[in-house]
Amino acid sequence: MAVITVRQAISDALREEMERDENVFILGEEVGVWGGTYAVTRGFYDQFGEKRVRDTPIAESAIIGAAIGAAMTGLRPVAELMTINFAFSAMDHIVNEAPKLRYMFGGQFKVPMVIRAVGGGGRQLGATHSQTPDAVFAHFPGLKVVAPGTPEDAKGLLKAAIRSDDPVLFIEHATLYQWRGEVPEGDYVVPIGKSKVQRPGDAVTVVSYSKGLQLTMQAADALAKEGINIEVVDLRSLRPLDMDPVIESFKKTNRAVIVEEGWRSYGVGAEVAARLYEEAFDYIDAPIKRVAQKEVPLPYNRTLEQMALPQVADIIKAVKEVL
Amino acid sequence: MKKEEYLELYRQMVLIRRTEERAAELYQQGKIGGFLHLYIGQEAVSTGLVAARQPQDRMITAYRDHGVAINVGLTAKEVMSELLGKATGMSKGKGGSMHMASVEKNFWGGHAIVGAHLPIAAGLALGDQYRGGDGVTICMFGDGATNIGYFHEGLNLSKVWDLPVLWVCENNQYGMGTAVERASAVSEIRQKAEGYGIPNERIEGMDVLEVKKAAEKALAYIREGNGPYFLEIMTYRFRGHSMGDPERYRESEEVDCWQKEDPIGVLHRWIVENKKATEEELKQIIADVEQEVEEAVEFAENSPEPAPEELFADIYAEEV
Ligand SMILES: Cc1ncc(C[n+]2csc(CCOP(=O)(O)OP(=O)(O)O)c2C)c(N)n1
Ligand SMILES: [Mg+2]
Repeated sequence: MAVITVRQAISDALREEMERDENVFILGEEVGVWGGTYAVTRGFYDQFGEKRVRDTPIAESAIIGAAIGAAMTGLRPVAELMTINFAFSAMDHIVNEAPKLRYMFGGQFKVPMVIRAVGGGGRQLGATHSQTPDAVFAHFPGLKVVAPGTPEDAKGLLKAAIRSDDPVLFIEHATLYQWRGEVPEGDYVVPIGKSKVQRPGDAVTVVSYSKGLQLTMQAADALAKEGINIEVVDLRSLRPLDMDPVIESFKKTNRAVIVEEGWRSYGVGAEVAARLYEEAFDYIDAPIKRVAQKEVPLPYNRTLEQMALPQVADIIKAVKEVL
Repeated sequence: MKKEEYLELYRQMVLIRRTEERAAELYQQGKIGGFLHLYIGQEAVSTGLVAARQPQDRMITAYRDHGVAINVGLTAKEVMSELLGKATGMSKGKGGSMHMASVEKNFWGGHAIVGAHLPIAAGLALGDQYRGGDGVTICMFGDGATNIGYFHEGLNLSKVWDLPVLWVCENNQYGMGTAVERASAVSEIRQKAEGYGIPNERIEGMDVLEVKKAAEKALAYIREGNGPYFLEIMTYRFRGHSMGDPERYRESEEVDCWQKEDPIGVLHRWIVENKKATEEELKQIIADVEQEVEEAVEFAENSPEPAPEELFADIYAEEV
């Protein structure tokens, strides 16, 4: 198995899918000549040409709207939002059009499109450019929302997203691009809507995804040195949400901590905790804990920013509290 | 044009009119819920556009969509059933008045968020351009829609990429109760297209033959690969914005004045004066439509409600 970065994994998935299927094309700001703001599509313009790697105006509604229309005609657009913070400028098309068209017209339309959007804090970009609003998008039935945390899942899930006949929001995390990991050889997909145990353990079930997964894995290493073996469950997809591996693990550990980078209120942790209370109440031995971002717009100052973001130490502390 | 073609335009406009008049009654009786935006007065616009299109040309419009639905050949039964929320509607009763569509008839919907379908129309056109097809996307929207950002993003993109789109602004003088001059910086809306370098024209919209002619010319221009074209079509809605509009924003004299130009009357007079058909023949068409609409109402009223399973059907194309 090759070891590559998350960035490479995403880039490889895109390239392989474009080579495999003529109907797959990319559109977005600076995806072409520039090579992608985060260099994911570097070299694509030269390889595939301007028809399939389309630079757009700075017009988020036009990008997502045009992707929707093209998808309705049977193409498979991959629309890149420069960052997820700009998704709000295309909110109507993301949550009010793409996920509704099939249902509202009695199943007549398919909208096979992917929106790639990178998010996340920790780079001192200030409050408007540092958000992790994943839960906002996961709220809407009709949209699929995936947020991989490893190179293997990034590649396999992006392929699945491109091949899906439904609109998929594929959320990347800016500080995960350099994270390395093993990736299987050859063509493979990771199914959307399947959670996965990334590290077995017996002490506490720690549920996470995306950047939170990276932090959780680091916490797991530290805790293991103290003889505490946590079980790490990676959600990978936020909608559809697969609770089975979470509940299975919880039945064994009877304790859970949920780690996410977004704000705590109304977040992914709130959802997972509620499901555990509803579906596994008899197995609860300790209060379910959430580790999440402090309820503030993310500040620029490095120290303040790190104070607001969830840290490995917060996870370790939460695990010890529920033990 | 052959005699039958004139009569077909006439039949479609009468069918739209009669379907909507009956729908208004059913609404008053509480049999139709939600919003109901009538197209009465504007029939010449969609009828002329659809008559001008080739089968490969896509239609897409806003929530005032019953006209297009009937013009593309959806039956009065399907339209009425959708209005009544029945399983036999083209959207299985899950869309309602504002969400009619038919992939088979190349009609890509009724869209209820003002202006949001313009970027989608650009995408439909991109689909045709990408595959090298010669279809044109005909995108209709109101005057009010030209003030929202989606309009500007959509027009700009269509010109940057030279997409095969015919933009059609149905200027019926009001967005709900707000007159064009009160909401748009320029009241001649075609000037907005000028700003994006899109060739444009303002035409009268109460004469279906004029609309058809202008649309044919525009479609031919686009089909030659020249990129988008913009038509501002002047028209007027005789009824309120939707049901229950108190109409405080206009005088009844203004409505009366426009009603003298009723598009059905205009075509009626033209047909008789030019001896394309007799009064008797036109009366027969009206009688046939009358019966068709009554049958549609009966069909819709007797149609089943959507099955409970439909609640969860078609959220995704794939199993989840
Ligand atoms: C984004 C958005 N804002 C507001 C509304 C409410 N609304 C529905 S129709 C309408 C007026 C639109 O006028 P116009 O575009 O001229 O179309 P017309 O109704 O005259 O056909 C408004 C404000 C909406 N549906 N979508
Ligand atoms: Mg209007």
